[in-house]
Amino acid sequence: MKNSRWIAAYAVGVYAFLHVPLLVLAVFSFNASKFTVWQGFSLEWYKQVFASEALVESAWNSLWIALASTAIATVVGTLCAYGLWKRNAPLLSSSLYLSLMTPEIVTGVSLLALFQWTFRFLHLQLGMHTVILAHVAFCLAYVVITVITRLRTFDASLEEAAMDLGASEWQAFRLVTLPAILPGVIAAGLLAFTVSIDDYVITSLVAGVDSETLPMVVYQMARRGVSPVVNAISTLLVLLLGVLIVMSERLQRRV
Amino acid sequence: MSRLRFWLLAPARTFNFIGFLIPLAIMLAYSMLSRGIYGGVELPWTFESYLRLADPLYGGILLRSFAISMLSTLLCLLLGFPLALFIARSGEHRNLYLNLVMLPFWTSFLVRTYAWMFLLRDTGLINTILIALGIIREPLPMLYNDGAVILGLVYGYLPFMVLPLYTTLERLDRSLFEAAADLGARPWISFLQVTLPLSMPGVRAGSILVFISCIGAYLTPDLLGGSKSIMIGNVVQNQFTAARDWPFGAACSLVLMALVMLLLKLFIRKSEEQLL
Repeated sequence: MKNSRWIAAYAVGVYAFLHVPLLVLAVFSFNASKFTVWQGFSLEWYKQVFASEALVESAWNSLWIALASTAIATVVGTLCAYGLWKRNAPLLSSSLYLSLMTPEIVTGVSLLALFQWTFRFLHLQLGMHTVILAHVAFCLAYVVITVITRLRTFDASLEEAAMDLGASEWQAFRLVTLPAILPGVIAAGLLAFTVSIDDYVITSLVAGVDSETLPMVVYQMARRGVSPVVNAISTLLVLLLGVLIVMSERLQRRV
Repeated sequence: MSRLRFWLLAPARTFNFIGFLIPLAIMLAYSMLSRGIYGGVELPWTFESYLRLADPLYGGILLRSFAISMLSTLLCLLLGFPLALFIARSGEHRNLYLNLVMLPFWTSFLVRTYAWMFLLRDTGLINTILIALGIIREPLPMLYNDGAVILGLVYGYLPFMVLPLYTTLERLDRSLFEAAADLGARPWISFLQVTLPLSMPGVRAGSILVFISCIGAYLTPDLLGGSKSIMIGNVVQNQFTAARDWPFGAACSLVLMALVMLLLKLFIRKSEEQLL
């Protein structure tokens, strides 16, 4: 079945709708003028991004939070996907599925309620640890789904063969299954990393004074009004996430 | 075997329990408690927070959220269906075209919302161009209204519509179209009587995904909407921050959550869950 000219033109229009806003945003991050009138090429706003203490500091926070929560979510999620692949646990998988469908704002306020409630008994405050726990909780479902999709293409008889040849269950997993699904595991990790580094809604509710993340600072700047500095940091963020996603996508499809 | 499986699932169960189920249980309890003087909650138990949802102010916001989400879903369907059809019929370029839809989706939601602030505000690109061309004198008020919110939602969640639609359309048996053509059906008749009915699972899955995302939206109405275009997500956020009425915020959250679960239950069959 071929595409008619009309449907192709329509598709071009929708693609433009999806991509032009971000392209325009990126182009104007190189504008010499502060205003929305093109006045020549400049890297001024990128200089200001790296000179801004708030942006740089929050970017480091975001990086550490994303690295820690990705590491935990990837290990926990991979083990979970493997366990569910062997035999489904309906309660756990529905609960993970539901956590994916829950509006972010609801996840955010309920985690806030949990933390405030526990702080009655423990002398703790909101901070990096609460952000990391929240991020692991919402990244987990992404990892489980990505890894389990990969496992469905894996031939279970390979594992049985390993065990017939004397491997223990754990050895069969570590030496046969894990290497086979490794691209899927890395793809899942990259996905978790992008979801974590980009989150604003949940993070802003459970972050403390020492754990402001990059999206939180970008949000505050955007709230104050449009500025070319926000265009510049936005462009950098989109590029970083874009590269990670393309890598993740490639790994998921590699056989 | 079962021992190993226990330990494989135990860490995920723990995180899911602490990070999702317990917080929801706490919200359930909070929604039935009274408001504390300095925020937080107090005894006695009461259903007052749920009753407040019937208040015209909040009932109105709930209805508006519904209407905005419905309209956004419909627009996503109008934009997404032809696009999904185009991708499904693109032969070897399918994956590239699909990734072109998904790529912006995975890049920062915050940035994509900000992009529309940049385009729509009074001194934004669109107004600047229109004024420079002499088409208008005063900037058009395009930001901070319901239209901007709907635009932002459609832009944000269009990929949620395209992906399940594409998956369904791509699986359709080509010989059906050939049969329709052989029997003399014109292309648009074949579309209406063959393609459209067979793509309903994708339409359902896509619409539910988009609707659920819209009804729970917070960031889009917060940044693109004005003070009058708030949605239920903003009410939730406000109760837990500025308004300090946690029981009411918790009740709103649970109503939202119940709505999401109900929609999934009603419209998505077990066999279609993989489309999500």
